[in-house]
Amino acid sequence: MTDEPDQPPFDEAEYRRRQRSRANMMAWMLGALAILFFFITIAKMQIFA
Amino acid sequence: MAQSLTHDAMTLPADWRDLFALTKPRVMSLVVFTALCGLLAAPGDVHPVLGFASILAIALGAGASGALNQWYEAGLDAKMKRTAGRPLPAGRLDPQTALQFGIGLAAFSLFLMLFASNWQATLLLAASILFYVFIYTMWLKPRTPQNIVIGGAAGAFPPLIGWVAATGSIAPLPVMLFLLIFLWTPPHFWALALFVRSDYAAAGSPMMPVVAGETSTRRQILFYALIMAAAAIAPWPLGYTGALYGWTAILLSAIFVILSVQVGTRTTREGDLMQPEKRLFAFSIAYLFILFGAVVADHWWPL
Repeated sequence: MTDEPDQPPFDEAEYRRRQRSRANMMAWMLGALAILFFFITIAKMQIFA
Repeated sequence: MAQSLTHDAMTLPADWRDLFALTKPRVMSLVVFTALCGLLAAPGDVHPVLGFASILAIALGAGASGALNQWYEAGLDAKMKRTAGRPLPAGRLDPQTALQFGIGLAAFSLFLMLFASNWQATLLLAASILFYVFIYTMWLKPRTPQNIVIGGAAGAFPPLIGWVAATGSIAPLPVMLFLLIFLWTPPHFWALALFVRSDYAAAGSPMMPVVAGETSTRRQILFYALIMAAAAIAPWPLGYTGALYGWTAILLSAIFVILSVQVGTRTTREGDLMQPEKRLFAFSIAYLFILFGAVVADHWWPL
C-alpha cells in the first residue's frame, strides 16, 4: 500500500481528440498567417511603389 | 509544444482552449480596443491590412504578457477563489507549456509588429511586455501595495503603441491617453480589491485594502478619480481634441467622480453587498470604452 493518489485511467479517445483539435487549430492559424503575411507584403509594395 | 497532464508512460496534450484562456481574453478586448482607438485617432491614413496586423501584434503581445503572468502567479492564483479555476492552478496545463507558449507568443508578436509596422512601435510593444512581466508581475505585485499604481503603466501602453504604429512618432494626445489609463487603473482595481479583499488577504497579496486598510483605500480611490477626471478632460482645453470628446469626458468623468464619492465616503457594514464598489468597477470599464470611442469619433467627425 502507498499514499500516492490514484491516477485516473488514461483516456486514449481524449488524447486523440485533443491532438486532432490542436492540429486543426494549428493548421488554420498557419493558413491565416500565410494569408496575412502575403497581404502585408502586397500592402508594403503598394506603399513603397 | 510541450505536453501537459503527465500520466505515467503517456501524457495528454494541452487543450487549445486552455492555451487561449492563458492569454486573458477579457483583458485583451480592452487592450485591442484602446490600441485601435490610438491607431484610428492618429493623423494620416493607415493601410487597413497594416493597421489590422499592428493591432493583432498588440493583441498577441498582451496575450503573451497574460500567459507569462499566469505562469508566474500559478501558486498565488490557486489560493484565490476568483482565479483558482484558471488552467494552471486547476492542473489542466503544465507550467512548462505555459512558459513556452508565453515566450513564443511574445517573440512572434514583436516579429509581426516589426514586419507590419515600424521599429518604434516594436520597441514600445517589447517595453510593455517586459514592464508587465518583470516590473509589475515579478517585482512590484508581491512587494508593494503601490503595485497597481506603477503597474498601471503596462496597461496604458496600447493606445500609445497604436498611435506610434500609425505615425512612427509620439505626440501629446497619445501620451495623454496613456496618462488617462494610468490614472484610471488604481480606482478601477481598488474598487475590485475592496469586494474581493478576503481573496487577496488569503493569497497574501499586498493589495491596498489588505495592507493600508479599507478607509485609506477608499480615500485613495476618490483622490485618483479626481486627478483622472482632470486628465480625461484636459485634452479638450489644451486643444488636442474637440467638443465632442470634451463634453463626453466631462459627463462621464462627473459620473465616475460621483460613484467614487459614494465609495470613498462609506464604510463596510456587516453583511455588506458592496454594491457601490461593484457599480464603480462596472462603470469604470464602460467609462474607458466610451471615452476612447469618443476620441476616435471626435477625430473623424469633429463638432
